[in-house]
Amino acid sequence: MERIALEFDAAMPARGRSLAGVVGSGDLEVLMEANTSARTVVNITTSVDGFRNVWEAVLTRMLGQGDLPAVRIEINDFGATPGVVRMRIAQAFEALAATPGV
Amino acid sequence: MNARDTSARGATWLAALIHGAPLRSGFPPSVRVADAKLDRHAARYIAVVPDPANPYARARNGEVGLVEAWQIARAVRDVVDADQERGEKRAIVAIVDVTSQAYGRLEEAYGIHQALAGAADAYANARLEGHPVIGLIVGRAMSGAFLAHGYQANRLIALSDPQVMVHAMSKESAARVTQRTVAELEALTASIAPMAYDIESYASLGLLWMLLKLARPDTPTPADLHEVEQALIGAYEDIRRDASRSLAGRLRAGGRAASVRVREKLRAQWN
Amino acid sequence: MDAQDLLHRTSFIELGARSRARQLLDDGSFRELIDPFERMVSPWLARQGIVAQADDGVVVAKGTLGGQPAVVLAIEGAFQGGSVGEVSAAKIAGALELAAQDNRKGVPTRALIVFETGGVRLQEANLGLAGIAEIHAGIVDLRRYQPVVGIAAGTVGCYGGMSIAAGLCSYLIVTRETRIGLNGPAVIEQEAGVAEFDSRDRPLIWSLTGGEQRYRTGLADVLVEDDVEQIRSEAIDCFRKGRPPACRSECVSRYLHRLAQFDPAAQVTAEQVARIYGEGFEP
Repeated sequence: MERIALEFDAAMPARGRSLAGVVGSGDLEVLMEANTSARTVVNITTSVDGFRNVWEAVLTRMLGQGDLPAVRIEINDFGATPGVVRMRIAQAFEALAATPGV
Repeated sequence: MNARDTSARGATWLAALIHGAPLRSGFPPSVRVADAKLDRHAARYIAVVPDPANPYARARNGEVGLVEAWQIARAVRDVVDADQERGEKRAIVAIVDVTSQAYGRLEEAYGIHQALAGAADAYANARLEGHPVIGLIVGRAMSGAFLAHGYQANRLIALSDPQVMVHAMSKESAARVTQRTVAELEALTASIAPMAYDIESYASLGLLWMLLKLARPDTPTPADLHEVEQALIGAYEDIRRDASRSLAGRLRAGGRAASVRVREKLRAQWN
Repeated sequence: MDAQDLLHRTSFIELGARSRARQLLDDGSFRELIDPFERMVSPWLARQGIVAQADDGVVVAKGTLGGQPAVVLAIEGAFQGGSVGEVSAAKIAGALELAAQDNRKGVPTRALIVFETGGVRLQEANLGLAGIAEIHAGIVDLRRYQPVVGIAAGTVGCYGGMSIAAGLCSYLIVTRETRIGLNGPAVIEQEAGVAEFDSRDRPLIWSLTGGEQRYRTGLADVLVEDDVEQIRSEAIDCFRKGRPPACRSECVSRYLHRLAQFDPAAQVTAEQVARIYGEGFEP
C-alpha cells in the first residue's frame, strides 16, 4: 500500500463536495471537497505500489492546466487503470458542479 | 477425510454443573439439555457435544448442524413458554464448545443459515423476555455455531486456556481466503487483536464479562468447579441488577472504541 | 417479458450501495448518516496494507418508505466482498438499535437491509463476528415493533453470519441472481473436500442456494426481477403487511418436523428440498 500526495495550482475555490466510485477491484473511490485556497491537493492511498510516476502523469494531465476549481481530492484506489482514474475524477468534478449552492 | 479432534469439554462441564440432574429426554445425543440449579435459582443448561453416530455425517464432531440448531431453539423456547406467567424467569446457560457450523452440501441445501437463525432468535428472544442468558465458553466458540449458541447471552464467561478459542474461521481456511500463508496470518495476529486466535487477545476486545484461569479445564477440580459456579452466579446477579436486556454491556469495557463512536455519531445525526 | 419491459427496467444489481439506498427510499427523502466525508474508516485495515473505503462499506440512510419513517442499511458488495468489519457492523447494529428506540417512543421507524455480503471481514475477524451478533440482536429487538425486511439481489450474495441475519428478517426479497448460504463454496470445499461441494460447479451452487431455489423452498418470501421499481414496491408491500403470523426463525417445530422426513445419508437434490420444504406450510 502506498500513499502519494500531489498539489496543483487551481482556479477559484470550489463549492460543495462530491463522491465517485468505490474501493472495489479495479476501481477507486474519489472524495472531492472544496479547498479554501486556489490550490488543488490530492491525497492518494493505493493498493498497488510503485506507480507514483503514473499517478503524477494522469493527474497532471487532468489538473495541471490550473483551470479547474480548487478542491481537496482523496483517492482510495484498489488497482484502477488510468482510464478508470480519469473517469472517476471527472465524475466527481461533474457531481460537484451539480451540487446545489452550499 | 480430515481427522478432527473431538472435544469432551462441553459434556464434561455440563455434567459437572448439573450435579446429577437428569438430561431431558426427546433431544438428540448431540444436544444435551438439563434443568438444574444455579445457586438457589432454577436454570436450564444446554450443550452441543460430539455424536459419532449422528445421521448427519458433517455434524459428528461437535458442530452445530441443522438439527442441533433447531433443537437448541426448541430447548430455549420451551423454557420461555413455560415461564410465560412467572415473574422470575429461569436462567439459561449455554455451555459453549462448538468447533464450527456444519459444512456440507446437505446443510446448505436445507438452509443451515436459517437453522442457526432459529437458535439465535430463541436466545435473543429469551433475553428480551427477561431470562438471564449466560454463555460459558469452555472450548471452541467458532463462527456461525457461536452466533447460534452463546453469542446472544447477556454475559459471556470464558476459560483461559489454549483450547479455548473464539474466531470466525479456522486458521487454514482464513489463510486461504485472505490469500496469505498461515505463517503470515499468525504474524498479523500478533499485533491485531481481533484477528488473533488466543483467548487473551479476545478478552482484550472487552466482550467477555469474565475470564477464568483454572487448574484443570479438561477435568475440573472441585475448586475449578466452584470458581466457575461463583462466576455464573455473579453473572446471574449482574444481569438481574441490569435494567437493560440488550448487549450494550459489551461496549463498556473498552477495546471497541470505533463501535462506541459509530453509535454516538448515529445518535447525534438520527433526527 | 418483452423488449419494452426490459427497456423500462432499471437494474438494481448494477447499482452501488448508495444508489440502491437512494432509489429504495421515497424520492428526495434520502439523508445519509456518517457519510464518507466523516471518514469513519476501519481502524484495522491500513496497518495490514489494505486500502479502506471512507464509509467502511455500509451506507446508513434515513428517509421515508411509502411515507413511513425508515432507515436503509445498504452493504457495498464491491468493497472487500461486502464483508463486515467493526465499523460497518456498528453502523448496521447501531441503526437497528436506534430504530427500536424510536418505536418505544412511538415513532414507527422500520429498517430495510440490503445484503450484499460475504459475512465476517476476516481482517477484523472477532470484531466482525461480535458486530454481527449485535446485528442479530438488533433485528430481533426491532422486529417486535416493525417488520425487518431484507433484500438479497446479487451478485455477491449473502453469506456467513449475515446469512443468519437474513434468516432473522421478517421478510426476505430475492432475485434469481443472488445466492444465500452460510458457507461460501470455497470454504466448504476447503473444509469438506471437493466431492462435498465443488466450488467451480456454478449450476450446482445456484440450484441449491440461488434466489429462486430459496424462494421455492420457503426460505425467502418474495422473488423479484432485477428492477428497482419492483423491488422497492415489494419492500413497501412487506412493511404494509406488518408482522407475519410467525417469523421463519420462530418456526421451530415446522423445521424439525420437515427435517425428519428424509434420510440425511442420501445425496441431496434441489427437487428433494423443494418437496420436503415446499408444501403447504403451517406455522
